[in-house]
Amino acid sequence: MVRGTVRTFGELCITAGLVLILFVVWQLWWTDIAANEDNANLADELTSEWADNPRNELPPDPETPFVAEPVDMNSAFGIVYIPRFGEDYYRTMAEGVAMEPVLNRMGLGRYPNAAMPGEVGNFALAGHRVTYGKPLNLIAEMRPGDEIIVQTADGFYTYTFRNFDIVLPDATEVLAPVPDMPEFKGKDRIMTLTACNPMFSARERYIAYAELTDWQPAAEGVPESLADSPAFEKATGGEV
Amino acid sequence: MYGLIWRALPGPWAVKLLLSLLLIAAVVYLLMEYVFPVVAPYMPFNEATVTEDGGGA
Repeated sequence: MVRGTVRTFGELCITAGLVLILFVVWQLWWTDIAANEDNANLADELTSEWADNPRNELPPDPETPFVAEPVDMNSAFGIVYIPRFGEDYYRTMAEGVAMEPVLNRMGLGRYPNAAMPGEVGNFALAGHRVTYGKPLNLIAEMRPGDEIIVQTADGFYTYTFRNFDIVLPDATEVLAPVPDMPEFKGKDRIMTLTACNPMFSARERYIAYAELTDWQPAAEGVPESLADSPAFEKATGGEV
Repeated sequence: MYGLIWRALPGPWAVKLLLSLLLIAAVVYLLMEYVFPVVAPYMPFNEATVTEDGGGA
């Protein structure tokens, strides 16, 4: 009787250990595989949607970018390319920053009160730094001058990385049109990326700031910097 | 516990082995597909957002 109890207890402990190991495998390995597959499917959907409804109009003033129309919560509306993260790196982006479904399945998430791509203000995206496809895994590798190209139905917005910051998780002022100065309205078109810091911890947030430096309406085709890149080929099959 | 399961499985040992592997596969599938996604948000290393309460979405 005692023997049986001890044996059952031991077996339960071993089982618990195996389940924990399986959890780690799932978290570190499987979530990436699942998220990358979702991401590829989503990019396909976006690309064919854009191909079916091409935007042919040119802007009245080439210096003023089109501002993407607001989209429904939890729906994808763009593809982000960051050459610094790898020549075939792309991630889809969606509206909202809920873990499910956006951050865990759809790539990067746009803070709902932030600006849209091309809009004056702060276009802010959040993304996982580890697990779930880790869209911002290499965020700390970004160097000033690195390009972040955002593709939407309207065209291509090129943001250029300027600087980074490391803040506490409640530092929402990084999302302000003038970061850290929420009382100002700002007149620049900037972009903010947020990810956890350090890796595998939620103690701080790594913040990357970029500024809109170029844009090209969809009617003018694909920007040269992107046209021949493996990432663009992979995300869209080379079409617009 | 595992002894009981092994004895409860019918058939010769080859069938028992096959059934056990199926059982293990089923448990792994249930854990990965349903249990872990529910547990994961409580793990303290996945936040990516800045929020008022600092807790992340």
